[in-house]
Amino acid sequence: MKRLGNFMDSFGAILLAVIWISPLLFAFWAATHSTSDAVNLRLFSPWTMDNFIVAWNGAPWLKYFINTFSLVTVILIGQFILVTLAGFAFAQLQFPGKDFVFILVLMQLFILPEVLIVENYAMVSRLGLFDTILGVGMPYMASAFGIFLMRQAFKGVPIELHEAARIEGCGLLGILWRVYVPLAKPTYLAYALVSVSTHWNNFLWPLIVTNSPETRPLTVGLSIFGAPENGVDISVISAATLMSVAPLLIAFLIFQRQFVQAFLRAGIK
Amino acid sequence: MSAHANLERRRQAIYGWLLLTPALVLLSVFAFYPTVATLWTSLFSRGTRRNPVEYIGTGNYTELFADPTFWIVVKNNLLYAGVTIPVSMAIALAMALWANGKISARGFVRTAYFTPTVLPMIAAANLWLFFYTPGLGVLDQIGSVFGLPSINWLGQPETALWAIIIVTIWKEAGFFMIFYLAALQTIPEDLKEAADIEGTSRWTYTRRIVLPLLMPTTIFIAINALINSVKLIDHLFILTKGGPSDASKLLLYYIWEMAFAFFDAPQAAAMTILVIGVLAIVAAAKFLYLDKRTHYQ
Repeated sequence: MKRLGNFMDSFGAILLAVIWISPLLFAFWAATHSTSDAVNLRLFSPWTMDNFIVAWNGAPWLKYFINTFSLVTVILIGQFILVTLAGFAFAQLQFPGKDFVFILVLMQLFILPEVLIVENYAMVSRLGLFDTILGVGMPYMASAFGIFLMRQAFKGVPIELHEAARIEGCGLLGILWRVYVPLAKPTYLAYALVSVSTHWNNFLWPLIVTNSPETRPLTVGLSIFGAPENGVDISVISAATLMSVAPLLIAFLIFQRQFVQAFLRAGIK
Repeated sequence: MSAHANLERRRQAIYGWLLLTPALVLLSVFAFYPTVATLWTSLFSRGTRRNPVEYIGTGNYTELFADPTFWIVVKNNLLYAGVTIPVSMAIALAMALWANGKISARGFVRTAYFTPTVLPMIAAANLWLFFYTPGLGVLDQIGSVFGLPSINWLGQPETALWAIIIVTIWKEAGFFMIFYLAALQTIPEDLKEAADIEGTSRWTYTRRIVLPLLMPTTIFIAINALINSVKLIDHLFILTKGGPSDASKLLLYYIWEMAFAFFDAPQAAAMTILVIGVLAIVAAAKFLYLDKRTHYQ
């Protein structure tokens, strides 16, 4: 009876896994077969790489890749600096008004940048950052989530280490840099993975703020490439889709354990 | 001594505010000010060449409430939230229980569940397009084997929103699974052993012990899912563009359309304020009520 239960569990779990992965497998299969074979579901037709070549030549993908790469880098650097400073202030310093400001920051967890697209667009234009990578990245740099995460991480640092560094004559910023930042390395790593995968995949805001192939990230480029007006067929769209998700997907498959740990650490605390 | 303490306190205050300044400047520019500006914009008329912008109080809101499309969109978004939140959470829980159990091919199973999470919504939409396309899509091909007629999943009002909902569930469930998985791993083994000795059935064990222990996680996931039901709209751009005849249009998409396709910023602002209002209520409920009952900080 127990063995039957186990078998049913494995069966259900694997069945769901196959269903879950099937859209990706179908896309892979379609991308590696000719359009007419893909459309008619001729499962044993010959393989081809032509779709990838057609897709690659159909849009400035290299530029899109570089844009996305610069975008996630700019955001991550900005976030690391801002979030470290603010997180430290909230975790280890006492000053009037702290609790009130902290509540203001937490509110931003709920009032998402996505909802404020209209005014943020006006703001970015006013600052002369329309159609720049900095303009796409800036609204995300003061991440309330990141500040909260770093605050939690810094709170876990034993106060003895802080005191010891101070007795050694370290200034406050020195203590932050030499004691807190190194000890919070796992949290930084987790946060970096979450941030990179979020912004690699972000679409609506970059769609609004970019207006040229010079700044457009992959997701926006992909949506334009696949638009029905362009009459691109399903095999080529599949190839383009796989191409644009490949870096993140391969990184995920290699560093799966770290990825999952990162998401967990980011969510639970 | 007290002079020294005083000095230390002042030093901390100065440092504290200095360290906060960069983050506060950006938060003000891209969160606080835009929120206030949105409220402000929503109280003024849309300027045209003949009619300059003027204060109209709640005029934009009245106009919005009289707009039948707005109500369709609200209804759509309620259905979207009402289906995606519980269904993706239930699937996430089942996934987590399986991925945590002693099953074969556990590594593959976990990877398969989680993979959609790392894909952009735009890519997910492209993948599903291959399933939904009438005549050529996988669903139709499978259906035709069984002699079923071709269905235009994305092209008819009855099914378009459901097609959107399925993509969202597919994308979200694996993400939520991770949190349940983490929570499950903190449940001590001896609870299971004690339940086994008592002869408790697996169902009772799950319902009476596992689910209550997962409560904080469930609340955390529910709030995330609720926020996502406002935020996750990227796939509309690929799959339906909100159509046919607004049948799959969601709030954030309508806000985008209002502002960037119809150039009606005041209407978009009024709608944004309503969405912010709902999110603020959720935030208040979380901080004032739930945080007092569950501890996870």
